[in-house]
Amino acid sequence: MSTHPFSRKAVKIKGSRRSALDLARGRLVLISAVFSLAYILIAARVVDLSLIQGELQHYAESEAVESDEETGAIVEEQVRRADILDRNGVLLATSLEMASLYADPVMVADPVAVAEGLVRVFPDMIYGDMLQKLQRKSRFVWLRRNITPQEQYGVLELGQPGLKFEKGQRRIYPQGMLAAHFIGYTNIDGKGLAGVERSFDSFLNEAAGPLALTLDIRLQYILSREIRTAFEKFSAQGAVGVVLDITNGEILAATSLPSFDPHDPGGADQKALFNRLTLGVYELGSPFKIFSTAALLETLDVPMGKTFDARKPLKHGRFHISDFHPEKRRLTVPEVFVYSSNIGAALMGEMVGTEALKDFYKDLGLFSSLSLEIGEIGHPILPETWRDINTLTASYGHGIAVSPLQMVVAASTIMGGGTLLQPTLILDKNKAEKPRENLDLRVVSPQTAHRLRQLMRLTVTNGTGAKADVPGYRVGGKTGTAEKPGPKGYDRKRLLSSFIGFFPMEAPRYAVFVMLDEPKGTKDSFNYATGGWVAAPAVGRIIASMGPLLGVRPLPDGTTDDLAVSLKHYLHKEEKKGKKSLASY
Amino acid sequence: MTALFSRADQSILGRWWWTVDRTMLAAFFALIIFGIVLVMAASPPVAERIGLDQYHFIKRHLIMLGPALLLMFSVSFLTPRMVWRLASLVLAGGILAMIVVLFTGMEIKGAQRWIHLPGFSLQPSEFVKPAFAVVAAWFMTFQTERPEFRGNRMAAGVFLCVISLLLLQPDLGMTVVVSCIYGAQIFMAGFPLWIVVVLAVLGLTGLVTAYFVFDHVQSRIDRFLDPSAGDSYQVKKALEAFQEGGLWGAGPGQGTVKLQLPDAHADFIFAVAGEELGLVFVLLLIMLFAFVLLRGFNRLMECDDMFVVLATGGLLVMFGMQALVHMGSSVHLLPAKGMTLPFISYGGSSLLSVSLAMGMVLALTRRRVRSGVAGGRRRVVKGIRKGTG
Repeated sequence: MSTHPFSRKAVKIKGSRRSALDLARGRLVLISAVFSLAYILIAARVVDLSLIQGELQHYAESEAVESDEETGAIVEEQVRRADILDRNGVLLATSLEMASLYADPVMVADPVAVAEGLVRVFPDMIYGDMLQKLQRKSRFVWLRRNITPQEQYGVLELGQPGLKFEKGQRRIYPQGMLAAHFIGYTNIDGKGLAGVERSFDSFLNEAAGPLALTLDIRLQYILSREIRTAFEKFSAQGAVGVVLDITNGEILAATSLPSFDPHDPGGADQKALFNRLTLGVYELGSPFKIFSTAALLETLDVPMGKTFDARKPLKHGRFHISDFHPEKRRLTVPEVFVYSSNIGAALMGEMVGTEALKDFYKDLGLFSSLSLEIGEIGHPILPETWRDINTLTASYGHGIAVSPLQMVVAASTIMGGGTLLQPTLILDKNKAEKPRENLDLRVVSPQTAHRLRQLMRLTVTNGTGAKADVPGYRVGGKTGTAEKPGPKGYDRKRLLSSFIGFFPMEAPRYAVFVMLDEPKGTKDSFNYATGGWVAAPAVGRIIASMGPLLGVRPLPDGTTDDLAVSLKHYLHKEEKKGKKSLASY
Repeated sequence: MTALFSRADQSILGRWWWTVDRTMLAAFFALIIFGIVLVMAASPPVAERIGLDQYHFIKRHLIMLGPALLLMFSVSFLTPRMVWRLASLVLAGGILAMIVVLFTGMEIKGAQRWIHLPGFSLQPSEFVKPAFAVVAAWFMTFQTERPEFRGNRMAAGVFLCVISLLLLQPDLGMTVVVSCIYGAQIFMAGFPLWIVVVLAVLGLTGLVTAYFVFDHVQSRIDRFLDPSAGDSYQVKKALEAFQEGGLWGAGPGQGTVKLQLPDAHADFIFAVAGEELGLVFVLLLIMLFAFVLLRGFNRLMECDDMFVVLATGGLLVMFGMQALVHMGSSVHLLPAKGMTLPFISYGGSSLLSVSLAMGMVLALTRRRVRSGVAGGRRRVVKGIRKGTG
């Protein structure tokens, strides 16, 4: 700067620097004040935390504990997760308080002695393993989760200060695998991960009382026993079964195989955890003839004697519809149903018409997800664009995939008299999350319902379902033997064989459904793996066991007054019956 | 120690001893000792959790203390002019490194901040902070000396450059600290209050924008305002730690809540102090920080060099803000913001950066007869002297 020493500018700069410094100092004081204030605030907050919320709180708590000890009051730390019961009050799921053992290795003075002591208390523990855990340089290591009171006593006897317990809850399923898919399971922290445990998770955590399901553990046992027998006998890949009270939609028993141990869902593979009854969707085949026949009787006034030409396979464009065991003649309505003719059913569907059949299926709830109180619900798979060929295939249960339970509910709707059935797993209706929909929605008339009852009974007395009959219990039903879709079209070797049965047929009360996934024929079944041979006998045995239990009165022997008698004269195959029945499917 | 150097000692070391702020130095040592104790207590569980040797962080902390102290001492020998030269070099290098980090840096916990050198990683933005404070102070001072020099604009330019690089990483905490440094400096430099207010409003607008632009900022602030809204695990545990500590604490190494604090050794070391040392020592710690700040500010009161006032003021504001944000988020007075506690938290870059900054503070606040750094000044003084004498 080359200003003259006496110039105004130089003096002004010096003067302004002085005043600038004074200003800076003044503002520095302000900044100091702000910082001081902020630090005092932090200090005050720390005092609040450590003294008021910490020290004084601890003091108050220890006072409270002392007074509790004096009065003997027990402070429950955690709220117990509510139990799940069956309809008769049998325990299905409960929570037990259990201790878990951990070590604080820093507090373990003599790891060798402690490890030896532990191995004495827990004979299955490995000494070296324990020693290694106890010698870790950490403050926390789990030794054994969920130990018994006796084991805990044994550990306390060791008198080692480094061994400590943490209390927790463990979910116990006294019925083991029974209905595991529907009761569900929780993770180690007690959070519901499947079934009712998941869908009612918050309810169970907050509820004062137990949650009762519609399941009846006795029926559940019968169902599981018979399904497992059939599953093993026919070396199936999977199997499902359900028992439904069709008067109110209550699911009395339900099972899906392969199953899993709900105490250790992590040890099960994905296939076992999968709920085939509600989450799986399948092309179920012939049981759909119940719906196409009902649609025919409901929409068109067709006499029972009306015949359909089943002499040769039906050709529709590149599609080819044929019968399993062709009758090669014109079949009446009962014959189509009872001998399960695909050609006949397709012709019926064609007669009903695409729009009417779609509307009818939709009314039965086959086009949308089933509404049930668990989360594992599969959505039906429908043709992307519904052409006329789809009407023909849907009439005998192909080209449309629904969950097995959905099909059973739709069939039960018809059997129950024609008003839409809402299935449920929860006994106490006030606790059911979903509001009950209008149950008076009529899908078929009582007349059609009666006709279908007759046809189902006829299927058991004179048709493919003969092996499901139980003397005195008037069983009716429909077989299903569906070929599974494979990479090259439908596969004749891989079947879904099922039987849906109802009883007692005059006033149907119970639906019993059994389905085997890819059963293999045995010598006993003359190598047949059809619904009539693998599923119908299981249904028969289930009904024979559960009928007496539920107080269904059997008709005395020799009673001929049969529902299906009036339809028998529509069957024109009597002379061959003895031989043919072996080949029924 | 005083016996070591005679008052008349004119050696470099002797001059340093008699001019440096020895009380401040003692306060730094006290903080460093607190730091060693707390890192020893807090880091073993953290190291174990991430699968390292339990003494890993302690060893590294102690190893880093050597270079850090060396840095602080050697910087404290510098004259103000040398301080600003050093700062300009560090700032230039730091900005360059930050640009490099943007392209090659490793992502740690959602941000690119680190540069990897053999053996350890450096966070260049930590060093840019103090360097920026000194350089900005020099620019502003130089304009008061030579009005034709656009120092204020250049300072603003450097500021914008630094914060845009910080936001790109993104490192909001550091941005806030740098903004506070700059804000305090223009406040001290005597800018009209309205400019300060306008800039403060701009800063707040920036924060609100950050709330909407960065998801993690939004969730942190939401969780601060409504703890039940989401996962505020660390803050919950930190509060628990203070409550467990009470008046006298559980004793060094005896804490249990710290075992569950993921960032116990760095961003939440204050909570470990609360649990293990108790209220009395925590208050002592707060007072130590406040002491450093107030002592530093007080020292500036008798200083007549604008550059020293602005630079030291900025550096102290950085130091004070960092401690404030760290302690504030540990006790849930501020939204959870990962920031290290100067001299105490584990962290190589932050320790070196604080040592550099405080070394500069020690250098700038040394008592001197007359000194100046802004080029024009001495000549003006000389000129006046010539005139008067």
